[in-house]
Amino acid sequence: MMTLLILFFPLVASLLVLFSGNKLASKVALFFSVIELAITFYAYLIYKQSGAESFYYFKEWIADPKISFHLGMDGLSLLMVLLTNFLTPIIILSAFNRTIENAKGYFALITFMQFALIGVFVAYDGLLYYIFWELALIPIYFIALRWGGPNRVNVTLKFFIYTLAGSLLMLFGFIMLYYYNPSHSFDIRDLYANASKVCSCNQSWLFWLFFAAFAIKIPIVPFHTWQADTYKEAPTQGTMLLAGIMLKMGTYSLLRWLVPIVPAGVAEWGPYAIVLCVVGIVYASVIAIMQKDLKKLFAYSSVAHVGLISAGIFALNMQGLQGSVVQMLAHGVNVVGLFFCADIIFNRTKSLNVDGLGGIRNVAPKFNTMFMIVVLGSVALPLTNGFIGEFLLLFGVYEYNTWLSVFAGLTIILGAVYMLRMFQNVMLGNTNETTSVFADLKWNETLVLGILAIVIIVMGVYPKPVFELAEPALKLILNNALIK
Amino acid sequence: MVVEILDLRKILVPMIILGLATIFYFNLEDWNHVQFFYNNMIRVDNFSVAFSGLAIVLSVLIFVLSADFYKEDSRHISDYLAILIFALCGAIVMFSFWNMAMLFLGIEILSISLYIMAGSKRFDVKSNEAGFKYFLMGSFASGFLLFGIALIYGATGSFHLANIATYVSLGHISPMFYVGMMMMLVAMLFKVAAVPFHFWSPDVYEGAPALVTAYMSTLVKIAAFGAFYRLFYVTFISTFDSINLILAIVTAATIILGNVTALSQLNFKRLLAYSGISHAGYLMLGLISMKGGTANAMFFYSAGYAIATIGAFAVAILVFKAMKNENIEAFNGLGKKNPMLAAALTLSMLSLAGIPPFVGFLGKYYIFSEAIRNGQITLTFIALLNSIVGVYYYFKVILAMYTKEANETEVSGTVSYYVIISICLLLSIALGLFPDMLMHLF
Repeated sequence: MMTLLILFFPLVASLLVLFSGNKLASKVALFFSVIELAITFYAYLIYKQSGAESFYYFKEWIADPKISFHLGMDGLSLLMVLLTNFLTPIIILSAFNRTIENAKGYFALITFMQFALIGVFVAYDGLLYYIFWELALIPIYFIALRWGGPNRVNVTLKFFIYTLAGSLLMLFGFIMLYYYNPSHSFDIRDLYANASKVCSCNQSWLFWLFFAAFAIKIPIVPFHTWQADTYKEAPTQGTMLLAGIMLKMGTYSLLRWLVPIVPAGVAEWGPYAIVLCVVGIVYASVIAIMQKDLKKLFAYSSVAHVGLISAGIFALNMQGLQGSVVQMLAHGVNVVGLFFCADIIFNRTKSLNVDGLGGIRNVAPKFNTMFMIVVLGSVALPLTNGFIGEFLLLFGVYEYNTWLSVFAGLTIILGAVYMLRMFQNVMLGNTNETTSVFADLKWNETLVLGILAIVIIVMGVYPKPVFELAEPALKLILNNALIK
Repeated sequence: MVVEILDLRKILVPMIILGLATIFYFNLEDWNHVQFFYNNMIRVDNFSVAFSGLAIVLSVLIFVLSADFYKEDSRHISDYLAILIFALCGAIVMFSFWNMAMLFLGIEILSISLYIMAGSKRFDVKSNEAGFKYFLMGSFASGFLLFGIALIYGATGSFHLANIATYVSLGHISPMFYVGMMMMLVAMLFKVAAVPFHFWSPDVYEGAPALVTAYMSTLVKIAAFGAFYRLFYVTFISTFDSINLILAIVTAATIILGNVTALSQLNFKRLLAYSGISHAGYLMLGLISMKGGTANAMFFYSAGYAIATIGAFAVAILVFKAMKNENIEAFNGLGKKNPMLAAALTLSMLSLAGIPPFVGFLGKYYIFSEAIRNGQITLTFIALLNSIVGVYYYFKVILAMYTKEANETEVSGTVSYYVIISICLLLSIALGLFPDMLMHLF
């Protein structure tokens, strides 16, 4: 029941926001998303007491081919839902003090997207999961289309079609799995239980079908070409949703729907996948160094970080998996902070060009501090959340293959290069005429960045709850993956 | 006719709808109750009851739209509507035939009514062209059908479907039979506008008045597929392997050509014609898997496709009337001018593209599922890839509505249009969420 409430509450909220009119929309949306966050915290407390059993919900939906409305939240899903429900009020709060045309549509789409994203994370039936996966695409497309930058039309269409292509390949994979699977169902328990019974000749290309969908979503090089432009053209809240949460759909799916379901495929093709991920880390980092546009720089840095997350997943050991979970949460928080800082800079100076800015520290000391904390989290300084994630991930990849971890470790060095150089160019140095008009943080900006900064440091110092929550689920996934 | 004599034009449409509702009720009474009529020429079984019910519902939706569509030109409205009801009658015969002669009768009643309606805008060159083209090519195809029926009679000695099926299952099939079957196949492929017999479809859809196009792209296509399925499932199923390769090539060509050619269309009706060809391709995918009994999937897909199309056409008719222009650019800026209509058209386009949670997605999913279950893996993969292509042209319309600049003309609609649009939208979403209402009917 709890899961049902957590899932459908944002949908109801979305409709209420739509009917509340342009002036009130942002406040109504914020109100409901905070309530949703409170409910999720309550669910966390219930989980600590009684475990995952209290969160199952099962209802027959379609008789043939059998699709059931099966929801469940184990530790991994709960973490993802917590991330979603924590970031959504932050995202909504970041949109205050900005003029948004047709605000009710904007916030209704954001809350609707929250609904679809939660659905992806709690679905325990393959096709129900697929429906939510595709459903999440619709609101973000319209957010980017109606409220995006000048080049948005072609860019968003490319994003939509590219992602849809991956999704359709995954649908094909699901249908084939349904027929190969002796139990003929999409239910996750059946898929896990029969994973070894599907012939490994089929598992190979099934692996590639699923991997295609997730690789496009995450994105993993070479399927990343849609990402930088889409992040740049989408409005800030859209980019935050995309980079903060939607991308986690892809990495979560690697954990939940790829590794345990086609283990023979992963055993055969996993090495290639992990090499792709590590190549992506270095490639994206190098491109990020060359970027002059702030949003594109953050987009490429995001590709590098999630490349490391994916590499950790394919390393198939407990450190890698734990690291990927922690880094998913950390990256979600950090990237939302980064893009919000980019939005603040654009809002004040109308420019995102790294060369043209400078010396903002002199006029906006509060912003300087917050931005620094977020950047340090992204660079993975010890005591920030990024450090825990990256350390575990590199350790996991090291256990898999030493040379791969050396190349993956370049992300730390290169990450420091582009992030710190960007920070130096934008914040330090002399104020010029573009930046001298920089007003310091307004109330909602301080609140958002403050909360994010606190989370970055707290998670970096005390990540234990995350490990505890994720461990049972990850153990199950790892067991399934290593069955031959 | 009665109405025209008594000049009771105002109650014409309500009377028709009342009549159709009554027929629908009587139709449903025949559920699970197989009956034969006219010396076993017509067999009413669950298949025909279900499809006839669907046809009646679609007709009701279109007739509600017709009241306002013909407001300016209402001198002959009773004639137009009478002809459309004849077409419905032909469709019902096509669903319930049990004798080749009945099949021919049904197809002719349907087709002749539509030849007339396609050309019904008498002072429009394009409409005349559409009617004439449809008539010429359609009659030619009917000729093929008749020749095929004659050859099959020559081979089997009967027009009756059950006797022909017995003949086929006994083996020793004469070559004349195969020729007859091929000719009938050609005729049916023409009627459903499958490649390479689809060339009439875009011109006819573009030239006909928009309401008639809506009727053609929904009811006629479904009727043709219903008849196609019934014919081949009942009579020719035992020799299906002989035409498997041909059907596979036709299916693949239809899906690919329908989607790819739609990419470059500028006229909205033509775009829907080519998209209709691609949907015919997906239905052919269901047809080619008929050995496993895919009637359910085809019914569900047809229902979903028809509802989304009628919703789209309802919005389109309003836009065409206001802008006096039938191209995609007529939709420019509709998002700002009339957000409700734009949202309705967007949701219809999303359903046609096959995006969850609308009924179009589940329809495609069922057809793909059934096709894979019957071993058509390559064709399903081709269909899947082409679905991606399809998204592009459906989104062209959505993009025009939301990103292009509008000119000042107002677009508004009457109550009946809004009612139909809402019904279609609600059905699309409801069937997408609760498909078991219409699945597993037979």
